[in-house]
Amino acid sequence: MADTSTPRIELLGVSKSFPGVRALENVELRLNAGEVHALLGENGAGKSTLIKIMTGAVPRDAGEIRLDGRPVQIGTTADARALGISTVYQEVNLIPTMTVTKNLTLERQPRRFGLISWRRARALARQRLKRLNLEIDTEKPLGSYSVAIQQLVAIARALEDDTRVLVLDEPTASLDATETELLFQIVRDLKASGIAIVFITHFLDQVYQIADRISVLRNGRLVGTGPTAELPRLKLISLMLGRELGTVEAHLASHASLASGEPVLAAKGLGRRRTMAPFDLSLRAGEVVGLAGLLGSGRTETAKLLFGAIRPDSGELVLDGKPVPHNSPRQSLRSGVAFCPEDRKAEGLLGELSVRENIMLALQTKRGWLRRLGRDEQKRLAQEMIKALAIATPDAEKPVGQLSGGNQQKVVLARSLASQPKVLILDEPTRGIDVGAHADVVRLIRRLCSEGLALLVASSELDELVAVSDRVAVLRDRRKVGEMAGADITRENIIRTIAGR
Amino acid sequence: MTERYLPLMATVTVFLALFVTGGVLYEHFFSTLVLGHILADNAFIIIAAIGTTFVILSGGIDLSIGSMIGFVGVVMARLDTLGWHPLASAAVLLAFGLLFGAAQGYIIDFCDIQPFIITLAGLFMLRGACFMVTLDSIPIRHPFVDAFADTSIPLPGDGFLASSAIVMLVVLAGAIAIAHFTRFGTNVYAIGGDRASAVLMGVPMRRTTVMIYALGGFYSALGGVIYALYTSSGYPLAGTGNELNAIAAVVLGGTLLTGGVGMVAGTLFGGMILGLIATLIIFHGSLNGAWIMIASGVLLFLFIVVQRSLVGSFNLRRSS
Repeated sequence: MADTSTPRIELLGVSKSFPGVRALENVELRLNAGEVHALLGENGAGKSTLIKIMTGAVPRDAGEIRLDGRPVQIGTTADARALGISTVYQEVNLIPTMTVTKNLTLERQPRRFGLISWRRARALARQRLKRLNLEIDTEKPLGSYSVAIQQLVAIARALEDDTRVLVLDEPTASLDATETELLFQIVRDLKASGIAIVFITHFLDQVYQIADRISVLRNGRLVGTGPTAELPRLKLISLMLGRELGTVEAHLASHASLASGEPVLAAKGLGRRRTMAPFDLSLRAGEVVGLAGLLGSGRTETAKLLFGAIRPDSGELVLDGKPVPHNSPRQSLRSGVAFCPEDRKAEGLLGELSVRENIMLALQTKRGWLRRLGRDEQKRLAQEMIKALAIATPDAEKPVGQLSGGNQQKVVLARSLASQPKVLILDEPTRGIDVGAHADVVRLIRRLCSEGLALLVASSELDELVAVSDRVAVLRDRRKVGEMAGADITRENIIRTIAGR
Repeated sequence: MTERYLPLMATVTVFLALFVTGGVLYEHFFSTLVLGHILADNAFIIIAAIGTTFVILSGGIDLSIGSMIGFVGVVMARLDTLGWHPLASAAVLLAFGLLFGAAQGYIIDFCDIQPFIITLAGLFMLRGACFMVTLDSIPIRHPFVDAFADTSIPLPGDGFLASSAIVMLVVLAGAIAIAHFTRFGTNVYAIGGDRASAVLMGVPMRRTTVMIYALGGFYSALGGVIYALYTSSGYPLAGTGNELNAIAAVVLGGTLLTGGVGMVAGTLFGGMILGLIATLIIFHGSLNGAWIMIASGVLLFLFIVVQRSLVGSFNLRRSS
C-alpha cells in the first residue's frame, strides 16, 4: 500500500473543448492507491472525455496530471501505458476468433531466434490469468467463453506488472448478476494490491457495492465528490440530473385523460434476457405514457421491444386485443405502430435524402412498394407536414442533413405521422434540440394525444415527462420498478422511484 | 484445440474421400503417380493461393493474382529471347511481385479503400501490360527449362514429385512458419478476427497490411514463374481467372472469407481437391470440361454452408 497522503493519480483543472462544445471545464479528480472510485454522470457529462485524457487518447487543453505526486505528460496511449495507466473498455476489445493465449500475448509474444515460442507464450498467458485467479483452457478461442470471462481476459491483458491505475469503462454493461460478482471479486483483489481503480457504470446498485468514493460529472463540470457513505442515493441522483429535491412542480392539471377502454398496445411479461426484465405495460388511445429512468435503465430497450426492433424471448405483445406472434418493425408499421428512434442520425434519418423522401419512407413501407405514391401526392403530403410541424426548411427537396437538429427531429416525427399511426413511440424526442424547438415538440405531443393517438415517450428529461405524461413507468437497471398516474407524477416521485425508496 | 483444426480436418476428409472414390471407380487411380501429377499440375495455383491465404485471413481479397501469373510469364519469355537466364529473370520478377503487392497494400491502408477495388485495378493493369509485352505465345528455350522439367524426386510406387511440386512444398513450409510462428502471422489473424480491436491492441496496421499484400504479390509472382517454367512459354492470356481458382482453393482449404479463421496448410488440400475433381472427370472420359467447373462449384457451395455453421459454433460476440 502506498502512502495515502499523496493521491495515486491527480487531475487538476483539466479542461477540454471540441468544436462548438465545452466537454470539460476545470475538472479535478483524485484517486488514492487501493481505492475504487466510481465516476458517474449522464450521457454527455464528460466521463468518456475525462477517461480519454487520462489514457492519452485525447489531448487536454489545460490542466495537469500528477502520478504519485509527480507531474506527468500523457500525449499518447503508449505514454499512459508506460506510466502504468491501463484501460478496459465496455466492448471487449479482443479478437474472439483467436485463442486466449494469442489474445493475451499479441504483439508481445516471447521469441526465440525470431520465431514465437508458443510454449513460453502459454506460460506467460497462464501467469497473467493467475493474477486474477482465473483458470481456463488458454488454447480455446476467446469467443467460446462467456462475455464475463472475455471481460476478465481483457483485464488480464490490460494489467501490467507495474499497473498503477486501472480504468474500467462500464465493465458490467453486458454481465448478469453472478458474472458481475465474479468481476467484483477480482476488482477487490486488485484494489487490495494497491491499484487505483476508476469504475464507470450506470448501475447505481453496483456503485454502492464496490465503490469507496464517488465523483459526479454534469455538463463537463465536477458537481460532487466524496466517500460513498456520504452520498446517499437520492443526493447522488439529484446531482447527476441537476435537480434540487423538494421543488415539486404542480403536475399540469390539463391532463384530463381521454384514455379509457381497452389498450391499443399492451405488453404482457414482455422481456429479453440481459436486455430487459419482463414487464407489463399498456397504452390506450388518447394517452401519453412516459418512460423514466437513468441512462442504461432500459428505456430504449423497452421502446424497441414494443416496436419489434428487439426480438423478445418471453411474454407477448397484444395489439387491438389480438396477440402479435412475431413482431417486426415492418409488421408494426403496417399495423399502425410507429417509432422515432433516439439516435436520429444512426437509426432514423437518411441525411442525403430530401425532407420529402424522408417523410415518405415509412408511408411507402406501409403501403408496400407496388402501390407507389405519385410525386405530386408526395409533395402535397410533405408540404402539409412541413406546415403542420413548422419545419424550418426552404423547400421539401432540401437534404435533411442540412437542417438544424430540432428540424431534423421534426422530420423524424413527420415521417412517423405521415403513416397515420395509432400508436407512436418516441425515444428521446427532444435530445439535442434547442429550447424553442423543445417547446414545439412538447406541444405537439400533447396535441397528437388529444387527437386520439396513443403515445409512449421515453426521455431522460424529467421535466418533459412530467409535462406531457398521463402515466409514467419508471425503470431501474433494466427492470420496470414502478408506475404512477395523474397527480402522482412529480419529479420528486420519479426520482424516489428511480432511487428505490 | 479441436475446433481450430475442424475445418482443416473437413478439407482433408473431403480430399481423401474423393481420392478413394477415384480409386474405387478407376483402375490405376489410387497411386502416387496420379497424386504426383495432381501436385505438379496444380503447383502454380497452390503457390499463388498460399499468398492469397494471408490476404483472406486478414479479411482482404486479392484479384490481381491471375494477371500477375500471366505478366510474369510473358516477361520471362521476353527476357529469355534477350538471352537472360530464367533464374535471373525470375529473381527480378519476384522482386517486382513483392513491390507491386506492397504498393497495393500501401494504397489500401493509406487511402482506406476496399482491397477489392485496388486489386481489381491491379488485375486490369497487369493484364494490359501482358498485351504490351506480346500478343502471341513466346516459347522459353533456355536449357534450364528442360533441366527444371527433368528434376524430380521418386515417390514410393511408380510416382514422382516434380520440381514444381517441390518448390510448392518448400514455400508452403515457409508460409506455415510465417503464419504460425511470427508476430506478423499472428497479427494477420488478429486483423481478420476483429480489425478495430487489433488496432487497440497495438497491431501496426500500415506495416502489416503492406506486408500482407507484398506476400500475396510475391507468391503469385512465384506461381507465375513456376507456370512459365512448367509450360516453357509465356502467353498473354495465361492465368486468366486464376485469382478465382486461388480464392476457391483457400476457401475449400477451410479459411473463412471474412478473415481471422483458417490455416495455410488447408490451402494445399483445397488446391488439391480442385485438381482432383478435374482429374476424376478426365478419367471418366465421357464427361467434358464443363463438369469440372460444375463439380467445383457445388463443392465450394457446400463448403461455404458448412463453414457458416462452424462460425456459429464460435459463439462470436453479437452487436446488440
